[in-house]
Amino acid sequence: MSDNKQIHDVINKEYKLGFETLVQSDTFAKGLNEDVIRAISAKKDEPSWLLDFRLKAYAKWLKMEEPSWAHLNYPKIDYQDIAYYSAPKKALDSLDEVDPEILETYKKLGIPLEEQKLLAGVKNVAVDAVFDSVSVKTTYQEELEKLGIIFCSISEAAHKFPELVKEYLASVVPVTDNYFACLNSAVFTDGSFVYIPPNTHCPMELSTYFRINALDTGQFERTLIICDENSYVSYNEGCSAPTRDERQLHAAVVELVALKDGQIKYSTIQNWFPGDDKGKGGILNFVTKRGLCKGDNSKISWTQVETGSAITWKYPSCILAGDNSVGEFYSVAIASKSQQADTGTKMVHLGKNTKSTIISKGISAMHGVNAYRGLVRVGKNASNARNISECDSLLIGNACHAHTYPYHEIRNSSANIEHEATTSKISDEQLFYISQRGISEENAIAMIVNGFCKEVLKELPMEFAAEAKELLNISLEGSVG
Amino acid sequence: MLKIENLHVKINENEILKGINLDIKPGEVHALMGTNGAGKSTLVKTLSAHYDCVVTEGKITYKNKDLLDLDVSDRANEGIFMSFQSPIEVPGVNNSYFLKTAINEKRAYNGEDEIDAMEFLKVVKEETNKFNIDRKLLQRDLNDGFSGGEKKRNELIQLLMLQPDLILLDEIDSGLDVDAIKTVANVINSMLDGKRSILMITHYDRLLELIKPDFVHILNDGKIAKTGDYSLALELDEKGYEAIGIKDESK
Repeated sequence: MSDNKQIHDVINKEYKLGFETLVQSDTFAKGLNEDVIRAISAKKDEPSWLLDFRLKAYAKWLKMEEPSWAHLNYPKIDYQDIAYYSAPKKALDSLDEVDPEILETYKKLGIPLEEQKLLAGVKNVAVDAVFDSVSVKTTYQEELEKLGIIFCSISEAAHKFPELVKEYLASVVPVTDNYFACLNSAVFTDGSFVYIPPNTHCPMELSTYFRINALDTGQFERTLIICDENSYVSYNEGCSAPTRDERQLHAAVVELVALKDGQIKYSTIQNWFPGDDKGKGGILNFVTKRGLCKGDNSKISWTQVETGSAITWKYPSCILAGDNSVGEFYSVAIASKSQQADTGTKMVHLGKNTKSTIISKGISAMHGVNAYRGLVRVGKNASNARNISECDSLLIGNACHAHTYPYHEIRNSSANIEHEATTSKISDEQLFYISQRGISEENAIAMIVNGFCKEVLKELPMEFAAEAKELLNISLEGSVG
Repeated sequence: MLKIENLHVKINENEILKGINLDIKPGEVHALMGTNGAGKSTLVKTLSAHYDCVVTEGKITYKNKDLLDLDVSDRANEGIFMSFQSPIEVPGVNNSYFLKTAINEKRAYNGEDEIDAMEFLKVVKEETNKFNIDRKLLQRDLNDGFSGGEKKRNELIQLLMLQPDLILLDEIDSGLDVDAIKTVANVINSMLDGKRSILMITHYDRLLELIKPDFVHILNDGKIAKTGDYSLALELDEKGYEAIGIKDESK
């Protein structure tokens, strides 16, 4: 395949969100020990039961070992070389009091922090804006409260709704589940808490936007979403960070619980800084996301578009405990420049007549390496389980890689499992054909990539689909192919 | 419209075109014939800026512009259309969406307004009905799973919708049955309005009967060995290459 300059230009486009916000922050000194944890807890004025939770987790983390089986190559993380708390100095009681620099940041990112008047036919989006370690603002809280819907930061929830938090925190991802989840349980800073009462269809998209800004800090957000019986919520997570030379650690935990007939739709459009051409800088993204379909007929869908982060280790999963429950995973993951991604999903079938769908689209370009790791596990008593998996890889250029590691652990003979995998390459011929009809090479690539990701993109809520497409195109600019 | 002067082109270090001189005026139909390997496809591909073809010497003027200065999509938007012998499949890209996008890129390039979906569908319906071409191809993905005939019909739809000024046909009749060839000829002939020009590669058969060329060029070993009118094609068909003084380099 001949090298094409235009394609190289396309993937080399600069990360647009790499600007830094100069704001006075309260940042802890680097290092991690019990005192740091007590300090984090004190900063947030947390109840003692939560501090206990953290300290117990920390004690367990000290005994754990970092995993090394992923198809990833990264220099050892020095956990003492990270500051575990950073928050803007000014008080954040109302939008008026928020540092104007921060407001400007969110404006630049296109995140609406002011509640906008309802435009005819256009749904509003409630936003929880998290800047480094704190939630800056959550919009539409009052309106949602009228319906009994709770949407606030986890710090706020710990104070206002302790019973709920106590019942569900760590119920889906146990503290010792894995190394990074354990660390997160000790030092988590902020994140969103959502509770939808029974028989309620949440009227607007709920969205949290994470912005890592401070230097040398790690971000450890914790999100907990509970959807009670016969309710529905669609939640979207967005994130970005400034361009930096040093790598920053992002170790988050997301727990979803869907009770009987409940449905949770969780979408992520992730746009972290991918690191430069040589792999310098960029975010280390180690995330544990798990959904528990606790009640019968419940449903959880994960939809993600991952285009950034230097190293990604992430497996959104569903535990299908309730009978007839449904788990879905739709993903587009791009590994370009020198990015490495080891991602996938786990579908665990426990109840009867459960169904899972996995559609994973991996795009590798330049020197990117994409690995898909999927587990479908069917328990002994999980009769009539159905799974459909489709893992497709698209290679752009000659220096990239794609790997697929599907695992099936089936312990019930009535299970019906289908798995399909394809690998394809954007060929010079295809690009030439499209160009010869008058379409520029950049648009030709975008066309082919969009076609490749169609099945996943159509799962995104309309409000975010356009952003995702734009992000895909920008991420592949310069990767030729 | 098109003037080629002393064109030398190499593919992978092999010189294929060794000094081509060709003049195509608006409204003219030129046929390019010759033995296999003579360089017919290379000439047409060079005109569309195919990545395999490297121009080592020569000049190409198109509509008073230096063609070698323009890239693939620019040349297309300036009105050059090349029909492919075996159009490549592009799964995942909807054929209709692709065609509408191509039309709009050309319009944008030429400072015209975009065509909207309603208008697009209306024009497609009109044009395909004129020639009895099945519109259903547009609902599928671009060339994906198309038979040889369907691919060629798709090329015709593109031709009708893009309205190019210089049409390059690389053996558009290959693999087609009698009826299909008639359809191709009908479409091409309908586009001959005195301003549009055609350069078609063909081995003499039905197509030349149906689309009468003004000029016939016989390419041999990278150069145009003989030029004549339609009677030259008839002579070639009757007597063969050697009899008219062309040594078949492929033998």
